[in-house]
Amino acid sequence: MLDYLLTEEQIMIRDLARKVSLEKALPKRAEWDETGEFPWEALKAYAAADLCGLYIPEELGGMGQSVFNFCLATEQISRTCGGVGVTFAASALGSTPILLFGSPEQKKKYMPPIAAGKILAAFGLTEASAGSDAAGLETTAIKDGDYYIVNGTKQWITNGGEADTYTVIAMTDKKRGARGASAFIIEKGTPGFTFGKKENKMGIRCSATRELVFQDCKIHKGQLLGKEGLGFIVAMKTLDLTRPGIGAQAVGIAQVALDEALKYSRERIQFGKPIASLQAIQHILADMATQIEAARALVYATARMIDAGATDYTLPASEAKLFASDTAMKVTIDAIQVLGGYGYMKEYPVEKMARDAKITQIYEGTNQIQRNQIGLALIKELAATKK
Amino acid sequence: MDIIVCIKQVPDTTEVRINPETNTLIREGVPSIVNPFDENAIEAALQLKDLHGGKVTVVTMGPPQAAEALKTAIAMGADEAVLVSDRAFAGSDTWATSYTLSQAIKKLGKFDLILCGKQAIDGDTAQVGPGIAEWLGLPQVTFASKIEVEGNKCKVERLLEEVNEVVEAPLPVVITVVKQINTPRLPSLKGLMRAKKAEIKTLNAAEINGDPKNMGLNGSPTSVVKIFTPPARGGGEILGGEPAEIVDKLIAKIKDRKII
Repeated sequence: MLDYLLTEEQIMIRDLARKVSLEKALPKRAEWDETGEFPWEALKAYAAADLCGLYIPEELGGMGQSVFNFCLATEQISRTCGGVGVTFAASALGSTPILLFGSPEQKKKYMPPIAAGKILAAFGLTEASAGSDAAGLETTAIKDGDYYIVNGTKQWITNGGEADTYTVIAMTDKKRGARGASAFIIEKGTPGFTFGKKENKMGIRCSATRELVFQDCKIHKGQLLGKEGLGFIVAMKTLDLTRPGIGAQAVGIAQVALDEALKYSRERIQFGKPIASLQAIQHILADMATQIEAARALVYATARMIDAGATDYTLPASEAKLFASDTAMKVTIDAIQVLGGYGYMKEYPVEKMARDAKITQIYEGTNQIQRNQIGLALIKELAATKK
Repeated sequence: MDIIVCIKQVPDTTEVRINPETNTLIREGVPSIVNPFDENAIEAALQLKDLHGGKVTVVTMGPPQAAEALKTAIAMGADEAVLVSDRAFAGSDTWATSYTLSQAIKKLGKFDLILCGKQAIDGDTAQVGPGIAEWLGLPQVTFASKIEVEGNKCKVERLLEEVNEVVEAPLPVVITVVKQINTPRLPSLKGLMRAKKAEIKTLNAAEINGDPKNMGLNGSPTSVVKIFTPPARGGGEILGGEPAEIVDKLIAKIKDRKII
């Protein structure tokens, strides 16, 4: 493996995330995939191991605000189960708007329990008719004295129902289009805030995906994040910052597919020898390994760039998410091929990995949206150099 | 409540191989871990500390690299760690080991409870815990599967082969625990960081006022005559069919072997 020159602390984080995952998530992985049971047991173990606050500053109860360290843990957790991985990462997605735009009071109130892993957070942007085109949002938050009245339905919200703290984007002024959106912190249990049914998904099945339903939900104006009209900026800045995390999930899912394919290819005897000795198999494994390493290098480099204080990282963040998730999809399918008929059977774990991998090409911006972003950034860069 | 936990670093395998020429364990290439029963003892100590407050001190006798085992205990949440280490301790049997540990414990000051794993997975003697109790003149309760402390006494459930026995003992007391008592916690990131920086206190033979007559190879009355791997047991044979048929087959076999 490529040596990423990790510090002692980073090695600790990586190995601890792996150890906890192998002990607490691996034995339950197949069962959770089958039943869709929410993996609280694993999440509590990550919390007890101090892994929930890796992206949160120490003064807010975290372990020191590092996208890189968060990616290291997310990769190892996803390497055991993509469903647990997204549940872990979605709490970061849901709380990042507070970290970026919250007032000191909001941060102090909401971040420490999230950092300690006592509660989860969730991010509510997507709606039935506003996915890639977030400008089509229909959820409204209408000012009424010291309060906002929220109405509308958010769709496919990861950690929906299980999280306690939700950051929700709603239109405060529909006439202003994208500039009329605002971000709010809404607590579970607020009157008028309920949940739709848990979705039955292709992959990441133990993660909770539900609707957030707001019916005349009255929230105090103190729940507004930043200023009115900043909603889209909150969403975009948040997604830029959390995209390497999706890349890390994808790298973890891809890595475990390679782990399984490699192990199987040494055990499976055909033509009197392990299939690992056949060049046809070796070439598949070689391509898988190379693509995974390239994806990991891109994710790590992006995370390090962000941690070093870069302000514009939309381009590498999109590239990392795009390349890692396409890689995860490809290598999990390759792993099934290496395992042949066994790979297609549910008794073996690789078909689950392919089902888990697919979502990484879709959520937090489809890979087509990532390509749009990358294309746009390329043109902007070119225009900037021509000045 | 101040608790001392005695732990041992052992090779990470339950299938220890033996060098037939030297009759010693082959340790090369085998990573070291904290003896699993001792992890249960650490967990029991941490749980008692959570309930009653106080301090957990882990102690081990061993070479300098045994400090790693102590760091594992600190990563789990132990407060202090003491390494009892000296060339003079080399070759200790259970007599010398329990003497050495008891001398070190006398140096550590006040304590309410000493916890040990029921035995180590390498030597499997189960003698060091009781030995410490004898050297210190303390009561001992072995094979504990549950410990409750109330005031200056404790109630302990002992997991025996046929029955569970509940006994009461005054503090301080030496208790050895079985694995059924709990599930040891995993380390935490903060614990690991603390362990990395932790200073391990070291005590040598002079510092524990050790009597050479009871230390190391010369102080060890046990001499190992031979260690060997017993031949593997055969797979046996399972007879199938209706009960009457099976009985007939069985009797035929017994007669075949001229047992009856």
